[in-house]
Amino acid sequence: MAVQTVATPSRPAPWRDPKIRAIAVQVVFVAVLAAFIAFLAHNTIVNLRRQNIATGFGFLDREAAFGIGESLIPYSPADTYARAFLVGLVNTLYVSAIGIVLATLLGTVMGLARLSSNWLVAKLAAIYVETFRNIPLALQLLFWWALLRGAAPSPREAWELLPGVFVSNRGITFPMPFAEAAYFWMAIAFAAGLVIAFAVRRWAKRRQERTGQQFPTGWAGVGLALGLPTIVFIGYGLPLRLDVPALRGFNFAGGTAMSPEFGALLIGLVVYTGTFIAEIVRAGILAVSWGQSEAAMALGLRPGQRMRLVVLPQALRVIVPPMTSEYLSLTKNSSLAVIIGYPDLVSIANTTLNQTGQAVEGITMIMAVYLAISLLISLFMNLYNRAVALVER
Amino acid sequence: MADIDIAEEIPLPAQQRPPVVTSGVIGWLRANLFNSVFNTILTILAVYLLVLTVPPLIRWMFIDAIWSAPNGQACRAAMGQEGGACWAFIGQMWRFIFFGRFPYDAQWRPLFVVVIIIGVILASCDRRLWGRRLLLLWLAGLVAAGILMSGGVFGLRYVPTELWSGLPLTLILAVVAMLFAFPFAILLALGRRSKLPAVRIVSVAYIELVRGVPLITVLFMASVMLPLFLPEGVTVDKLLRAQVAFILFAAAYLAEVIRGGLQAIPKGQIEAADALGLGYWRRTRLIVLPQALAMVIPPLVNNFIGAFKNTSLVLIIGLFDLLNTANTALTDSNWQGFASETYVFVAAIYFCFCFFMSRYSQRLERTFNRGHRR
Repeated sequence: MAVQTVATPSRPAPWRDPKIRAIAVQVVFVAVLAAFIAFLAHNTIVNLRRQNIATGFGFLDREAAFGIGESLIPYSPADTYARAFLVGLVNTLYVSAIGIVLATLLGTVMGLARLSSNWLVAKLAAIYVETFRNIPLALQLLFWWALLRGAAPSPREAWELLPGVFVSNRGITFPMPFAEAAYFWMAIAFAAGLVIAFAVRRWAKRRQERTGQQFPTGWAGVGLALGLPTIVFIGYGLPLRLDVPALRGFNFAGGTAMSPEFGALLIGLVVYTGTFIAEIVRAGILAVSWGQSEAAMALGLRPGQRMRLVVLPQALRVIVPPMTSEYLSLTKNSSLAVIIGYPDLVSIANTTLNQTGQAVEGITMIMAVYLAISLLISLFMNLYNRAVALVER
Repeated sequence: MADIDIAEEIPLPAQQRPPVVTSGVIGWLRANLFNSVFNTILTILAVYLLVLTVPPLIRWMFIDAIWSAPNGQACRAAMGQEGGACWAFIGQMWRFIFFGRFPYDAQWRPLFVVVIIIGVILASCDRRLWGRRLLLLWLAGLVAAGILMSGGVFGLRYVPTELWSGLPLTLILAVVAMLFAFPFAILLALGRRSKLPAVRIVSVAYIELVRGVPLITVLFMASVMLPLFLPEGVTVDKLLRAQVAFILFAAAYLAEVIRGGLQAIPKGQIEAADALGLGYWRRTRLIVLPQALAMVIPPLVNNFIGAFKNTSLVLIIGLFDLLNTANTALTDSNWQGFASETYVFVAAIYFCFCFFMSRYSQRLERTFNRGHRR
């Protein structure tokens, strides 16, 4: 008889049933949120109507009528706002892409230098990291800009940092080889070299698994990737003519120039983000326990092999996820260009919404673009992360 | 006698070189700077770099620098060809850089605000004070700071927020952003781990949206779009709009930090709380949050450093924080072209705050990890 009293717990009353309560809470939550958004939307519509601002993206087809300092694609003030936005987007992507590459290089070198057994090098790297990490990026940008724009001399008295590299208040001018037909074929040869090197690596790996014989894939790869373009280069008769900047009148002619704005933004982003990347690299390498290195040494691996085969694969696992967020923050920080007047996406959108009053649309567009960039970089880095992630069995 | 004989029979080792010195200055140099060919090359390069950069920098900052001059022309004339730093400019402008457009005769008030905020920050560094009392101290400090800044009571002259500027503004923006973002961030972090899909989706969307866009766009939104969102006739002060933007922005980042702490709590703790019959809110308040928040204090300090540095972006929407007052000082017609001096000075101020806080967070991390390390 006692068994019957334990069996079949009675259903709780509806207001005590967790499932029903969960649904009720969510319904209330969504309703309150929707009411809040509707309230904001209503106010916005009323306010826009009062200020006689048309909503919608129709303004994009109108003439922009403002000039843009530098652009990678053809643009004139007679073009549309849509075109201006595109110019800004290209500029943002351009400075971010170069910045990411350079910041990774600088950060990796500095992170390794901080771990160096050389006391002086380690201390110098530490000073670099601690200094530039603790100063706001906006201030650093203004400083570099003031240096390039204000403190740098006129082209006549330009500082010559390296032979052919001039810094003046017109920006940074450096030599660049003239475009030759050979370069196109060299690029093709480089790509072909990479593909062949990859194939060789697969073949060597399979042979090593089968027979245990090793093959110097690293040297073969370098030889293929660099050797093939060199052969093409020699085959074309060494066509190298440098376009060296030379002073002509009040400015430099020839070479490739970087405007003070672009230069300041790039230097600022690279130097600032480099400090964070240095710390990530350092932490990643420190995260690989010393026992791993000892084991590698006990197996008789040479220092290079130890780094390449044992330490780096494990360190990369720690390094890649925070590196992704640094790349993202570099891209987002490139929007500080508006402070020093480099025409990036935000700067152009700002001009646009000041001219047209289309604040909602302008800001929506910026947000959409940055979200898309963020998602793309995350996606790409997640794929890479999956490639280096621990394969668990 | 016998002993001596034996000693004489043992042949002396062949002419060996003395062992390599491993102590003293030379030993240290050998171990740390010249222990391999590669390191020797690196040392020589580093020394060359130092010789190239440090003496000119010291000359600029100290030897050729001008410490007092009535105006920019006099400064430039005094420094001659070489060109040192014109610290006379900072001597003339430091009060403007620190307090900006705040009424000159009332600038003791922002000075006190700075002292109060730094004092409360220092007090927060003492772990013995952590707890409810510290929160009360923060609130009292902020109320006092608010009264001192705006005035209008106790016989203090009313100062509108447009005149708040310089270092106090920077500190207020950073501190208030963190304090007010904190509760919001806790809700977002809990929401992101909620079992209710609607709550979870909204939290994730908010966090990812805000983290995916630059702070500038959030600031623009606050300064341009917020007035559109409000009913007709309601206007919000520019400073408050920027403050709201910082709070909304900081909340998304804080939420992710707190989520890290929530995820690190062993499931057993939650099950134990359930077994005790605690409901969701009591479980969260009494068991989960105290442990989760204690775990994330070091990253929270790092977040605060980020918020502090981020306040410098308000110059884009025309508020006069420390960076913007410095920038404005540069436009003085008597003193043209001393940008480097000004930026170095302001950078030193930012550096002092951030460096102190990052050192503190590193120390905390070491203390916190002590239990986990063998």
